Amino acid sequence: MLPMLWLLLFFAVPFLIVLKISFAEAVFGQAPPYTPLLEQAADGAASLRLHAGSYALLLQDPLYIAAYLKSLLFAGVSTLCCLLLGYPIAYGIARARPVWRMLLLVLVILPFWTSSLLRTYAMIGMLKANGVLTGALAAAGLIEPGTAILHTDLAVYIGIVYNYLPFMILPLTATLMRLDFGLLEAAADLGAKPWQAFLRVTLPLSMPGIIAGALLVFIPAVGEFVIPDILGGPDALTIGRVLWTEFFTNRDWPLAAAVAVAMLLMLVIPTLLFEYVENRRERSEAQA
Amino acid sequence: MTRRNWGLWAAMAVGYALLYVPIVSMIVYSFSASRMATVWAGFSTRWYVSLFANEQIMQALARSLTIAAVAASAATVLGTACGLALSRFGRFPGRGLLSLMNSAPMVMPDVMLGLSSLLLFVTLQQALGWPERGMGTIAIAHITLTTCYVTVVVRSRMAALDDSLEEAAMDLGARPWRVFWLITLPLISPALLAGWLLAFTLSLDDLVIASFTSGPGASTLPMLIYSKVKLGVTPEINALATLIVTVVAIGVVVAGVVMHRRERNLAP
Repeated sequence: MLPMLWLLLFFAVPFLIVLKISFAEAVFGQAPPYTPLLEQAADGAASLRLHAGSYALLLQDPLYIAAYLKSLLFAGVSTLCCLLLGYPIAYGIARARPVWRMLLLVLVILPFWTSSLLRTYAMIGMLKANGVLTGALAAAGLIEPGTAILHTDLAVYIGIVYNYLPFMILPLTATLMRLDFGLLEAAADLGAKPWQAFLRVTLPLSMPGIIAGALLVFIPAVGEFVIPDILGGPDALTIGRVLWTEFFTNRDWPLAAAVAVAMLLMLVIPTLLFEYVENRRERSEAQA
Repeated sequence: MTRRNWGLWAAMAVGYALLYVPIVSMIVYSFSASRMATVWAGFSTRWYVSLFANEQIMQALARSLTIAAVAASAATVLGTACGLALSRFGRFPGRGLLSLMNSAPMVMPDVMLGLSSLLLFVTLQQALGWPERGMGTIAIAHITLTTCYVTVVVRSRMAALDDSLEEAAMDLGARPWRVFWLITLPLISPALLAGWLLAFTLSLDDLVIASFTSGPGASTLPMLIYSKVKLGVTPEINALATLIVTVVAIGVVVAGVVMHRRERNLAP
């Protein structure tokens, strides 16, 4: 099984190496810049040297804890915005006539196929002072002319929502398309107002799609590097940016590895949840 | 749609506007003569001219296209094997692990994949003297990233497929390999094309993993764009982005039409 070997070698083993290096000590001016874990003593006996210093630093320095909280906040609020914005679109696509449905769906997928780096770059033109969006808002008298949204937290939220919206819409549409709209008619016949039918029939039945979409947005958004780095201010310090800086600027590989391990621990629960939801979806599709 | 649905229409319009206004305005400003990337100063194609004259960008583009083609092709082979194994072989030892390793890269943050791949390459290099960091290591990391996407596409195609054709071929005495080449492969070929295109665009788009796994002097196009964006917006990037978006859009539409046609031919 070549694929199995490939994934083991290039996906599973690297995680063990990250774990190993997170327990090493940084040594600067040497390649690679960290100490070996196993030390050969003069008498030939090998001794294991574990440094927990990187982890201790993560817990002690408020910078790292703040970065973790900031990442969770960015990802959480953006996921909610994607849901609020994506739900009506998914609903509209699912209820549209088949010809329209194809077109609307392709229009959602098309931006997803184009580069996220370039779309993030395109956002600069929208959010900078006198940009397309800021200019329009100023013309409407909503903000002072010359105000920039770029390099604020708001810009990061807009950027994440813009980039991840298709990830929310696609699973939602898939779920809503399978929904039996006869149930809504039945609810209406039984006297439910449209919003009551929505809250008590449509929403609960679309829950698998909501969960899948939310996880597809939330999990990568937590580790996002490009969007906060390009659109955010210097204080938009997320885990992804901290890891990048520790690695490329400070060249502290063990600390970068420890940051990665901590991020992974934080994402294990949502990842397992994602796996569970996907498996259930596949099983129900296989039965259908 | 009835009167009641106006709210829905308005919400959809806002959503689609959010998706398209930034891209469209970027395309518009790529034809502006101004040096400022978002100031309109008359129609001009000067940034397209200077883009093609920029050797650094053209080299990075060639590098990115090569890596993406290699990575997408390898990922299609590996991903198809994974997809077949997961959807047709029933329960086999290691199935859970393979399934987990297959969905994990999709939800794993890029920085994590980039860092772990790099640390593996560094460790291997210390132990074996291989691999030298550069285009090869970027390609390996991209194969690992994109295989799982191909698997998902192949798997969902396999799930929608009637396996009676394969069973009939086997009943008629075809060996498994023959069944695969003559029956399964043609049936799943739209999924292979879709998977290859997905892997290709994902590889072409990746900045973070390439930055970690690249060696000196092997900058890919996203790495170059990123460094230019960090230094300040240059209008050349508007032109470059417009070209990439146009090519991808045409590619997706053509692939969609081709697949739609095939689908119709296969299902009389």
